[in-house]
Amino acid sequence: MSGALGRIGALALRHWYLLRSSWPRLVDLVYWPAVQMATWGFITLSLTPTSGDAMRGVATLLGAAILWDVLLRAQLGTTMSFLEEMYSRNLGHLLASPLRPVEMMLALGFVGLLRTLVGMVPTSLLAIWFFGYSVYDMGLALAAFFAVLVAMGWAISFFIAGLIMRVGLGAEALAWGLVFAIAPLSAVFYPVAVLPEFLHPVAYALPSAHVFEGMRALLLTGTFDMRHLVMGALLDLVYLGLGIAAFLGFHGAARRNGRLLQMGE
Amino acid sequence: MRPVPYPAPHPLAPVLAIDGLVKHYGPVKAVDGVGFSIAAGAITGLLGGNGAGKTTLIAMILGLVAPTAGTIRVAGLDIAETPSRVRAMMNFSSPYVDLPHRLTVAENLSVFARLYGVAEPRRQVAEVAESLDLAGLLRRPLGKLSAGQRTRVALAKALINRPRLLLLDEPTASLDPDTADWVRRYLLDYQRESGAAILLASHNMAEVERLCADVVMLRAGRVVDHDTPAGLLARYGRDDLEAVFLDIARGRERET
Repeated sequence: MSGALGRIGALALRHWYLLRSSWPRLVDLVYWPAVQMATWGFITLSLTPTSGDAMRGVATLLGAAILWDVLLRAQLGTTMSFLEEMYSRNLGHLLASPLRPVEMMLALGFVGLLRTLVGMVPTSLLAIWFFGYSVYDMGLALAAFFAVLVAMGWAISFFIAGLIMRVGLGAEALAWGLVFAIAPLSAVFYPVAVLPEFLHPVAYALPSAHVFEGMRALLLTGTFDMRHLVMGALLDLVYLGLGIAAFLGFHGAARRNGRLLQMGE
Repeated sequence: MRPVPYPAPHPLAPVLAIDGLVKHYGPVKAVDGVGFSIAAGAITGLLGGNGAGKTTLIAMILGLVAPTAGTIRVAGLDIAETPSRVRAMMNFSSPYVDLPHRLTVAENLSVFARLYGVAEPRRQVAEVAESLDLAGLLRRPLGKLSAGQRTRVALAKALINRPRLLLLDEPTASLDPDTADWVRRYLLDYQRESGAAILLASHNMAEVERLCADVVMLRAGRVVDHDTPAGLLARYGRDDLEAVFLDIARGRERET
C-alpha cells in the first residue's frame, strides 16, 4: 500500500499500536458507555416499573443513551487521537512527513470510528443482556443514524483539533466539553417540541436533533421518517465542510505564526 | 482523466537551495533574507547563538513554519508547490520533537517507514536498526530506553527513507562523549555512503569543525558569514571555531 492510502494506514497503525499496548485505554473505551447505558436503563425501569409501556420507555431512553454515546465517542475518539500526538510531542514528526493535513484528518476520523465501535458494540450487547433491549432492532435505520452521528462527531473534532493546533493545549477543555453544550439542543431524551419555540430552528440545524427525532418516531410509532435522515445527512455535509475548513485554516494559521514549533505548550 | 504527474527532481540542482528567506512575527524578524545552498554529499553546519533563527530556518525547510517571503527548493522542487513530494525526500531529527514512548522501536520505525512511502518497510526497518546497533532493542518500548539509545532511534527514524536531505538539530546534545563520537562517525559514514546532503545545527564547535565542509553563521536572523571552517579560522585569525563563533556572536569584525 503506497501513496495517500499508505500514509493514512500508517497513522491508523500508529494508534492501533498505542491501543493494544495500553489496556487502560481499551477499558476506558468501553467503561463510560457501559456505565451510561446501565444508568439510563435503571432510571427508565424505576420511572416505569409497572406500566405496560415500560419496555417502550426502556427502548427510547436506552436507544437515545446509546446513540448519544455514538456521537460523544466519535468526537472524543477522533479528538483524543489528535491529542495523543500532542501529548507525545509527535505532531512535528507527522506534519514534517509527507502526510497531508487532509490525510491526517481521514486517519484520525478512521481511528475515531474504530474507537467508537470498540466502545459501543460491547455496550449494545450488555444492553441486551441487562435490559432485554437490542438497539439492533432498529435495523438499517440504526446504520443510518450511526453514520450521521459519527460524521457530526468528526466535524466537531476537526474543529477542536484545529483550534488546539492554533492556540495550543489551552483549548483542550473543548475536547471534553463542547459536545455537551449541544446536548440540550439535540433533544436526546425528549422531543424538540419540549424546547422553547425560539430554539426549534437552532435544534433543527443540528444533525443530532434529526437523528433523535427520527429514532423516537421509529421506536414509538414504528415509522421511519426519511426526512429526518436526509436533513441530518445534508447538515452533516455542511458541518463536515466547516470542520475540515476550520482544521485547514487553523493549520495554516499555526504554520504562519510558528505555533507548530511550540507543540504541547 | 490522467493524473497530473509530479515534477521530477532536477538531477543537477543543489539538494537544498534557499533564496531570500524571510520570517517575520509582527515586528520581530526571526529570519531576514537568508540564502544559501547545499550540494549533494555535503555537510553544512548552521551556527548561531540562541535566537539567531536556526530552529525557525529548519522549521521552514520542513514546512512546519510558513515563510513570510523567499523560496526553499529541495532537488529543484519548491516545497510551497509540492510539499508532500518534497518532504518524502528529506527527514530530520530534533530535540524539540519526540517519538511516542509507548510504541516499541520497531513500531515507531515501521509507522514512519510507511508514512514516508518506503517500498519495503520491514526490510528497511531491519537494515536501519542493524546499522545503528538497534536490532536488539526493536521490541522495547521507546520510553524504556536510555537517552543515548533514544537518540539513535531518532536518528534511525530520520534515516528510514534514506533522505536526500537530512536536517539535524543538535544531534549529539545530552549524549556522553563516547556515544556522541559514535553518532558523528556514523553520520560521516552515512554521508559518504549515501551522498546525502546534511544540514547540521549545533552548538558544539568541535563537532561542526570535524563534520562540516562549510559553515553558515547566523546572527539576528541573517547570514553573517558562510565559508569553510578553515576559511573562517584564517579570516578571523583564530585557532578554533568557538573563538570565531564568539567574535561573530559579539559582533566583532573579522580581521581581513
